[in-house]
Amino acid sequence: MATDIKMAEAPASYDGPGFSATSFDKIIGLARANSLWPLPFATSCCGIEFMSTMASHYDLARFGSERPSFSPRQADMLLVAGTIAKKMAPVVKQVYLQMAEPRWVVAIGACATSGGIFDTYSVLQGIDRIIPVDVYVPGCPPRPEQILDGVMQIQELAKNESLRRRNTEEYQKLLNSYNIQ
Amino acid sequence: MLTNEEVAQTIINQFGEAVGDFDDPYDLLTFSTSREQIIPLISYLKDHKTLQFGFLTDITAVHYPDSPGREFCVVYHLHSLINNFRLRIKVYLSKEDIHIPTAVPLFAGANWMERETFDLFGVIFDGHPDLRRILNMEEMDYHPMRREYPLEDATREDKIDALFGR
Repeated sequence: MATDIKMAEAPASYDGPGFSATSFDKIIGLARANSLWPLPFATSCCGIEFMSTMASHYDLARFGSERPSFSPRQADMLLVAGTIAKKMAPVVKQVYLQMAEPRWVVAIGACATSGGIFDTYSVLQGIDRIIPVDVYVPGCPPRPEQILDGVMQIQELAKNESLRRRNTEEYQKLLNSYNIQ
Repeated sequence: MLTNEEVAQTIINQFGEAVGDFDDPYDLLTFSTSREQIIPLISYLKDHKTLQFGFLTDITAVHYPDSPGREFCVVYHLHSLINNFRLRIKVYLSKEDIHIPTAVPLFAGANWMERETFDLFGVIFDGHPDLRRILNMEEMDYHPMRREYPLEDATREDKIDALFGR
């Protein structure tokens, strides 16, 4: 029997014999944070770095991201890795729109966050021009550790997010600013 | 082995006044012709018994904003695989009238090359079966490779080299 398996920390609860009472937010957050299914949208060099992150050495699967989904179905976390040309922008937006809530977005690398060195007419200067972004991973390209750090930041967000956050006016405003819904 | 002189002479014998500006930068035979003659010329080179320029390497353009009346230059590269011989043909156009006949009937490969040249320079290829943008988004309303846009603001600090490890 392996005894060094790391368990996710249980949320603060009121325990008694045969029952445990805690808040719904925390339980759901715990479940979401430890089963973030990624949708890799990899276009270039950062995509290669991301493959490395998913492979055995860095093993993104440890974080409950065992199933990379190459369709928006059942995906929670959109990982945009690489240069997004303006011509590709509608595709990224469509993929985002087809994901169900709750959904998180990570912009991996300089290009996805700001257009990077491609400061030119054909390249979208950061995916936050078309979709809301939760976490930006800097680097050109970022090392797998940095990408893992970005995923862990998303886990923190998912853990601490209120269940009603996505019904708030603030969130609606954010989406409306991107002409979504 | 074909030499530049032989090929140039063959072309001059056939087209006379319609071709000119013969040069050989880096040993690549280069000359210019007119819009009216370009298609007959390419057709002649393609079907010539010995020259056999059967491969269209490239069609592109150059923008010379400072030469009035000949602002645009459409450049054709032909390759004779049989003779391992290349040449370059230039056609100068004015910005008021950037029209040139299409080479698609001669080379199917010209289709995408001409679409690209239209996309980036705005050269209009008359008779092209489907002259749409090919690289840029459809909504773009300018031709990005023209030399008519201001250079980047040199005082920007948001994308300095240090941020990219350069």
